Amino acid sequence: MDSSEIRQLQILAAKSRMGAILGTFHAKSGHPGGSLSAADIFTYLYFKEMNVDPKNPDWQDRDRFVLSKGHCCPSLYATLALKGYFDWNELTVLRHVGAMLQGHPDMKGTPGIDMSTGSLGQGISAACGMALAAKLDNKNYRTYAVLGDGEVEEGQVWEAAMFAAHNKLDNLVVIVDQNGLQIDGTVEDVAGIEPLDKKFESFGFEVFKIDGHDFNQIADALNKAKTVKGKPTAILAKTVKGKGVSFMENQVGWHGTAPNEEQYKQATAEIQAEIDRLEGNC
Amino acid sequence: MAQVIKKATRESFGMALCELAKTNKDIIVFDADLAAATKTNIFKKEFPERFFDCGIAEGNMIGVAAGLAASGKIPVAASFAMFATGRAFEQIRNSVAYPHLNVKIAGSHAGISTGEDGATHQCIEDIGIMRTIPGMVVLNPADHYEMMAATKAAVEYNGPVYIRLGRLAIDSFNDPDNYTFELGKGITLHEGNDVAVIATGLVVNEALKAVKELEAEGINARLINIHTIKPIDREIIVKAAKETGRIITVEEHNVIGGLGDAVCEVTSEECPVKVTKIGVKDRFGYSGPALELLDKFELTQPHIAKAIRNIVKEG
Repeated sequence: MDSSEIRQLQILAAKSRMGAILGTFHAKSGHPGGSLSAADIFTYLYFKEMNVDPKNPDWQDRDRFVLSKGHCCPSLYATLALKGYFDWNELTVLRHVGAMLQGHPDMKGTPGIDMSTGSLGQGISAACGMALAAKLDNKNYRTYAVLGDGEVEEGQVWEAAMFAAHNKLDNLVVIVDQNGLQIDGTVEDVAGIEPLDKKFESFGFEVFKIDGHDFNQIADALNKAKTVKGKPTAILAKTVKGKGVSFMENQVGWHGTAPNEEQYKQATAEIQAEIDRLEGNC
Repeated sequence: MAQVIKKATRESFGMALCELAKTNKDIIVFDADLAAATKTNIFKKEFPERFFDCGIAEGNMIGVAAGLAASGKIPVAASFAMFATGRAFEQIRNSVAYPHLNVKIAGSHAGISTGEDGATHQCIEDIGIMRTIPGMVVLNPADHYEMMAATKAAVEYNGPVYIRLGRLAIDSFNDPDNYTFELGKGITLHEGNDVAVIATGLVVNEALKAVKELEAEGINARLINIHTIKPIDREIIVKAAKETGRIITVEEHNVIGGLGDAVCEVTSEECPVKVTKIGVKDRFGYSGPALELLDKFELTQPHIAKAIRNIVKEG
């Protein structure tokens, strides 16, 4: 990727973060921290990696995406809106009664959402099922699942990991958004998961460790994953929870708290300044 | 007279899956290391490329099935009723039922007739657990022929279905030439207006024998077989309540949450009558041969007949 392509992705990611702040502010609830940490990953997947068509969200041969850490949907919704799945203004009624955008992803009600998730540990199993379906039908579509690093404490993640390796699901890519924080504190303090790379390796995965905010590294890992045969891939993406909003970065408290009006103004001003800077440099 | 086939409904289920899969290429079967017991091994033998053993990991099995269903397949996930509906409850609730995915969940070794394995494996709560989930269809077929037909109906229905299978070989009582399975429709097996007996699953035949025994004594009991616990046949229950004024329910399940409560929910809203629930009386089972346990838990013909007799005498 050349620098202008990367800058375009950075702008889209900043807009995705803007959507997450907008959505959680209007909802007066939701999960900004993990939404901000995963925004670059969502952006790359939807704008560079995945073979999808927002005009035909149920297209049978599309690549699949499962947000196993379903609570981080605000920035996913923003990315889907930017991609053209639905109107950006839906974010202003996120979590409202009768709104399309639910507190956690709802595949029946939201175009572009391939799996209903929210209960941690479950999305990765569904992603395994989708990857298996592609194998059974001899189709080339790939399945991507994004997990939280706290989420991997769920036993079901490892049941699914064993299933994926046993069934040689090389069309499955699991991306762990390793922002290092969960509700009760740092992941290492609450229920340490390291060494996560060795865990996934010993469960039969090809493992890549990257900076989850560096588009070159995201691209590199996903491209390498396509060449892996006979086993699934895990990409461990080191990220900053709350990325892009100074007062939210690396703060446990911003896991599931919405910004108030003053915080909303500051956060959006910071993100807008970043967008202006990036667009000015284009 | 129809041929009586003595077979466990788990085996009928395995046979039906195999039969259906011959023409329906979308059927994919999952098991959690119990294929020899749930009888999905019948399918496995015939269609190994469409059978996946998930190992002893029921939660993941249900989630994988959900992903298959989201991709247009018709996954059937089998385990013991205890682990399918107990261990994997939340996966069924959130990954299958909430998005209303086309997953069929088969729970074998349901009820105390599981026998020697004892209380940890004798699931008496599965009907209650499954029917509280929005949009879940709950089936409890009573003999070989009904299980064959119910499995076909479950596969043809687009949405989540729980189907209860038994371990114990039991005699069939339905006549396949005159039998039709209609999802959500109860079947009147015996006419009568003195009392209505509403039964489900493995104990329907016991209730049928009891009702016939009582006929000789001049007691005319109506017998209704409810193979679909949800959506329940409100019409047949209300009609029975109006015409007999007295209902007895019979099930191999806890008296809390099962068929008895489902019937009470209908009668209390539409035609309040006295309902007596015969079932497992809110207690755990224990080890022993299945037939002895059914007798100990008073779910066999003589016990059911006695209960009906007493109720009719009470007036």
